[in-house]
Amino acid sequence: MTIDMSQFYQVFFDETEELLAEMEKLLLAIDIAAPDDEDLNAIFRAAHSIKGGAGTFGITDLTEITHVLETLLDLLRKGQMALTAEHVDAFLEAKDTLKMQLDGHRLHTPVDQAAVAHVRARLHALAQKPQATAHKPSVALRAPGMRYFCIELPAMSPSDSMALAGELGLLGALAPSTAAAGGTCLILETTRDSNAILDICTFLVASEDVRITEQACPDALADVEADQGYGFFEPMNEAQLAGSPLLAARAEAAQGYGFFSPLSEFSTAPAADGNPNGYEGAAAIDPHGEESTGSLVDEKRAGVRRDTEKPAVSESTSIRVSVEKVDQLINLVGELVITQAMIEQRTDALDPLLYERLMNSVTQLTRNTRDLQEAVMSIRMMPMEYVFSRFPRMVRDLAAKLGKKVEFVTSGAATELDKGLIERIVDPLTHLVRNSIDHGIEMPAQRSAAGKGETGRLSLSASHQGGNIVIEVTDDGGGLSRERILAKAREQGLVVADAISDAEVWQLIFAPGFSTAEEVTDISGRGVGMDVVKRNIDAMGGAVDIRSARGFGTTISISLPLTLAILDGMSVRVGEEVYILPLGYVVESLQPDAADVKDISGQGRVTRVRGEYLPLIALHDLFNITPQHRDPTAGILVILESDGKRAALFVDELVGQQQVVVKNLESNYRKVPGISGATILGDGGVSLIIDVAALLRSNRQSADDVSFIN
Amino acid sequence: MENSAATTADNQPMAVKGFGNKSGAEVTGNEFLAFTLGREEYGIDILKVQEIRGYEQVTRIANAPEFVKGVVNLRGIIVPIVDMRIKFQLGEPTYDQFTVVIILNIGGRVMGMVVDSVSDVITLQPEQVKPAPTMGTAFNTDYLIGLGTLDARMLILIDIDKLMSSSEMGLIEQVGS
Repeated sequence: MTIDMSQFYQVFFDETEELLAEMEKLLLAIDIAAPDDEDLNAIFRAAHSIKGGAGTFGITDLTEITHVLETLLDLLRKGQMALTAEHVDAFLEAKDTLKMQLDGHRLHTPVDQAAVAHVRARLHALAQKPQATAHKPSVALRAPGMRYFCIELPAMSPSDSMALAGELGLLGALAPSTAAAGGTCLILETTRDSNAILDICTFLVASEDVRITEQACPDALADVEADQGYGFFEPMNEAQLAGSPLLAARAEAAQGYGFFSPLSEFSTAPAADGNPNGYEGAAAIDPHGEESTGSLVDEKRAGVRRDTEKPAVSESTSIRVSVEKVDQLINLVGELVITQAMIEQRTDALDPLLYERLMNSVTQLTRNTRDLQEAVMSIRMMPMEYVFSRFPRMVRDLAAKLGKKVEFVTSGAATELDKGLIERIVDPLTHLVRNSIDHGIEMPAQRSAAGKGETGRLSLSASHQGGNIVIEVTDDGGGLSRERILAKAREQGLVVADAISDAEVWQLIFAPGFSTAEEVTDISGRGVGMDVVKRNIDAMGGAVDIRSARGFGTTISISLPLTLAILDGMSVRVGEEVYILPLGYVVESLQPDAADVKDISGQGRVTRVRGEYLPLIALHDLFNITPQHRDPTAGILVILESDGKRAALFVDELVGQQQVVVKNLESNYRKVPGISGATILGDGGVSLIIDVAALLRSNRQSADDVSFIN
Repeated sequence: MENSAATTADNQPMAVKGFGNKSGAEVTGNEFLAFTLGREEYGIDILKVQEIRGYEQVTRIANAPEFVKGVVNLRGIIVPIVDMRIKFQLGEPTYDQFTVVIILNIGGRVMGMVVDSVSDVITLQPEQVKPAPTMGTAFNTDYLIGLGTLDARMLILIDIDKLMSSSEMGLIEQVGS
């Protein structure tokens, strides 16, 4: 029977990607001075899960790095090694490499084998690095300069081996290990090099019979620890020896002198052959090595499972579902809601006394259906957190690369946006953040000279505003230079007048091929990008706006239409009609006293709210509705605020407050003045959402008159 | 967006016999959905019709032209409803259980059109279609395909694409999108 593995591959790839992201997030958040055990455990589990999965699918190149990573993390989380910034950097690099390898498998993108080897070497070096700060005695033994050698000896008489052990004991601490086929294996901890060991051995055995391997591989450490009772893995010397099969293979070939350089040479070779699966090629050379890997992985997994079982219970709380299925579900629930509303309507005509039980059931059905609809609607929504969370790492790396100090802050990460839009906003935002760091924020020295703190501030925020979602990238850097942009524009043959406004000047940077960076860096400045950003945002129906002040920084604000966005709304009734006011604009609502409402020479009315005169906008006048009340004192005033402007909206009554899913009116109709969108109410009916920002803008003129009177 | 054609409203007694048979015709472009406005009989390309429903409560759009009745929720999408009887001053704009809304799908945009009644789907051969007269109908001849004759009946064939996209109807933003 054959099983189609491809479906599982996809799941593995998705999961691995998530695990890597999770790992990165944890690494960035970790406090190096006092790492939280739970965080270290979580990172360890992520590395372990990837390794396990990769092993299952036979993706051996992934297992290699994760294996070393896991071993290091294990040391860290058990406090046998202290976490340093160097570790975090190496881990992040390893994460990137794993991602690259993963993409290599999934998308068949090229994998840089040299980088893989580099990371592996770096991790190995770290694992081997003595830790002065470590607090457990077993680790304290490892003084600086200590090296570990595995000495394999042929079969010899007990007296000879005793003598040899005695001699070797002079060099450093000696631990016996399992005998390889017919021979002896010793592990020596020493500051001397392999030649010294070989010299001693040759007193008793022929040099070609001795195999000395430097145990740079942390497996050996784990092994030693296992013997000392601190171990986490089962003792498995045979497997450990092959622990890094490369190591074993290499030892065969080169007698184990020098570990690192041959290793990288070894793993880059298959890449040169054009084999994207670098390690598989290597394994083919030494089938024994591969076999060991298999058994090692199995054994390891068995060993680790004991440890991870408990936390794992709280881990897997999500499942993967395709978006089509979700959309289908949303549509079906929509129909269900309508059907339910129909039943409710029919039962309304019945005599409540005769059909009491039916009525009760229908009420319950109504409640359940609404809950269901709400729950289903929320599936497609994702918080902006999903986008924001990928930036801290990028900012950190970029800032380090450029030698700048950047503090990164986000706000409004809980703002929910449709999954479709979320995915499309990532690239433009990445570009903008990159630009801000590269061009916006100045070097520390320059900042000090300008009287600013050395650390620049980059903030990313999301909010609902004026019927849109507004995402802003703000830096407190040097701001845009009008002169430079104008000069550059002329240089590029754009025709521009001197008198154009700043806003128009800023828009020039969206012209294709435009960059004012004096030097092209590998981060930005090639001039491809801003035009692409603008194109992408335009394609989503959004707009990009730039605000900048020389010396104080730049804000790039992206506003996206509310398509499918959820907003908290307040429903108000005027006459027979119900409208939704986005709750974010609502300050308060009140019933005015007759004395507080005043006419202004026939142009309109104002109302006094706590000493402040606000223009009074009657919704029924605006939308030509026959209202229930024409007298503001009989109805209710909703005080709205947008962009610092306030107004009182006169409606008949407040109906309630609810979360609504915003639907675009323009997809099938056209833009309606004063309306930002529509929503479907629980009963299947449509309600229009009032564009409060536009409403207040159109009233600004009269509002200014009012302030004059004041 | 939903494009499933012809899920006819189930709770309405109107009969649109033969509506589901359209796949049987050889020349699909020649099938027309016949409906009446006042005393005139009209026909539109059946392929533009997504479904036929009864008239339900609409949500009025403020300051919209009178013939734009408002919007309804059609399985999760917001669909504008126009009343052709008001637009072309044909028949009495009454709304009861027999009022019919033809849901059209024109270039991916969904809209509803209120008519007096829907009669049937007819197949017309090219020779049965005569050029439209320059006058005599409520419609600007720009929006007419011609006059279709079938036995004693005469149908005014409307180019519904053109009509609904026209600035006269104002259903689609003319500038931009």
